[in-house]
Amino acid sequence: MEVAVNWYLALSAVLFTIGTLGVLLRRNAIVILMSVELMLNAVNLTLVTFSQSMGDPAGQMLVFFSIAVAAAEAAVGLAIVIAIFRSEVTVDVSEITLFKH
Amino acid sequence: MDLANAYAALVADLPAVFSMGVVGLAGIVMVAIDAFRNNHPIIPWLGVGALAVSGAWELTQLGAPDATAFLDTIRTGGSASFVNLIILLSGLATILLLRPYLNRMDRDYGEVYALVMYSTVGMLMLGAANDMVSVFLGLETMSVSLYVLTGLVREDEGAVESALKYFLLGAFSTGFFLYGIALMYGATGTLTLPAMAQAELATTSSQLLFWGGVALFLVGFFFKVSAVPFHMWTPDVYQGAPTPLTGFMSTSSKAAAFAALILVLYHAVPGGEASTVIAVVAAITMVVGNVMALGQTNVKRLLAYSSVAHGGYVLVGLAAGTSAGYSGALFYLLVYAVMNIGAFGVMSMLEWDQKQGREQTLSSLAGIGEQRPVLGAAMSVFMFSLIGFPPLGGFMGKYAVFAPAVDAGLTGLVILGVLMSAVSSYYYLRVVYVFWMQSAEDVDVKGFTEAALPQATPAALGTLVVCAVALLVLGVFFGGVLETTSAFFDAASMASAP
Repeated sequence: MEVAVNWYLALSAVLFTIGTLGVLLRRNAIVILMSVELMLNAVNLTLVTFSQSMGDPAGQMLVFFSIAVAAAEAAVGLAIVIAIFRSEVTVDVSEITLFKH
Repeated sequence: MDLANAYAALVADLPAVFSMGVVGLAGIVMVAIDAFRNNHPIIPWLGVGALAVSGAWELTQLGAPDATAFLDTIRTGGSASFVNLIILLSGLATILLLRPYLNRMDRDYGEVYALVMYSTVGMLMLGAANDMVSVFLGLETMSVSLYVLTGLVREDEGAVESALKYFLLGAFSTGFFLYGIALMYGATGTLTLPAMAQAELATTSSQLLFWGGVALFLVGFFFKVSAVPFHMWTPDVYQGAPTPLTGFMSTSSKAAAFAALILVLYHAVPGGEASTVIAVVAAITMVVGNVMALGQTNVKRLLAYSSVAHGGYVLVGLAAGTSAGYSGALFYLLVYAVMNIGAFGVMSMLEWDQKQGREQTLSSLAGIGEQRPVLGAAMSVFMFSLIGFPPLGGFMGKYAVFAPAVDAGLTGLVILGVLMSAVSSYYYLRVVYVFWMQSAEDVDVKGFTEAALPQATPAALGTLVVCAVALLVLGVFFGGVLETTSAFFDAASMASAP
């Protein structure tokens, strides 16, 4: 049975929204990082859907790049989180407030 | 096209990525040297050499006609070379200013310079992108390297905290930006910028998809160029990062991101539909940046808000949406790069180890102009240029973005911009006042002695003097540069006309 394109797009929009809310509402740096990854993967699903429905490979090529970039970002992000845990002994972003406006 | 022809075509395109290749290769060689001769002093000079060679190459390409290379993914020719030149020169100045700073901090690692090179490669790709894949890859290569550079001084809580903030917000904005690309791709069926403009948006739903994509794309980009209301990370990150690298971030990465934004607006979203949104963002960016800077006592934070405000001035040129507006914005980016690299460069040489020296409040810098007359004089030139005081480069830069906006009917926006420049003179002149008119005895500066100031190397001092002189030159002999930048868009519009 063929599933309509719109279902894939709706699913990825829902995943993207969950990721966005996760970044905005959660206070743990690791969970925020996971939410960002969810956002990027939601976009990948959108790209693959469009690419498949239009029969154009360019979108899937961008997905490969986006997966690679997400991996690099995760590596750097976790390193930064470890560095901050060493100095502050917390990964709660609401407690990391050295700078004031 | 069969495989043999494809190879021949790719080899023939290689000169298009000369700078990217040289800078990237130098970065790899630097890491290799660092692996065997840890922190060898040749490493930064290798970077300087590669950036200088690439800069000289781009200088010869300034008059070249606009073209694309590598299957329409990269633009070459005048406008791309001009942007590349800004990026390469600020990279060069950054490395020269970085060496004495890192030496003093005992952080003179070879990898740092390699990361500056990788980040530069990303910027070069971003500033010459003709394809959404190049925009995305360039932006991310630049950003991921900058996240690491921000958190370089791991023991400093402020640096790590600013790295975390930069990373989380940067990655968050990447999500929006990529989603925007995906929606634009879905509506137009292509990732190449000029082809996007030519795609027919037949149905209402595809139009909705496209403009939704453009909106998300702009949100992502406004984060990167720290336009209000997406500027929240800027002051914290600029304050916490190592000072010469703050200069790098605020000039090169902004020039590259603005150049890519111009390319997208000019090639993929023509017709000025996005102009109203950009005008509104430009207005609030100028107001918030300048008003928030008024109350700052930390000079790096003050300069961070000032850099937000200057992003607003560039956006005025983009809001005009005309060839003159875009070429004015490119000219402004050059002037802005020179004065901001210089301002942060001076600050990097006025840090000393005690807490008050690290924080660089206005009062801790009282009378520094008399202690270090060259730095003080250079800083005064940069401050006056940031105000937009004739005959310095900043004045001509503002003229180059404001005049096309008046022609495009955005008189109100320009009046606001000029008023905000007047407001900005308060906090810039306060820096000059503190440097020259106050003395260290007036305010109680703890831990400051003449010897506490770091020793400036000739190369770094020379860089600052060159920046200051360049501002004078750009302010007086602007005609040639402005003609060069405006030729880009006239030629480009003729080339893309059907």
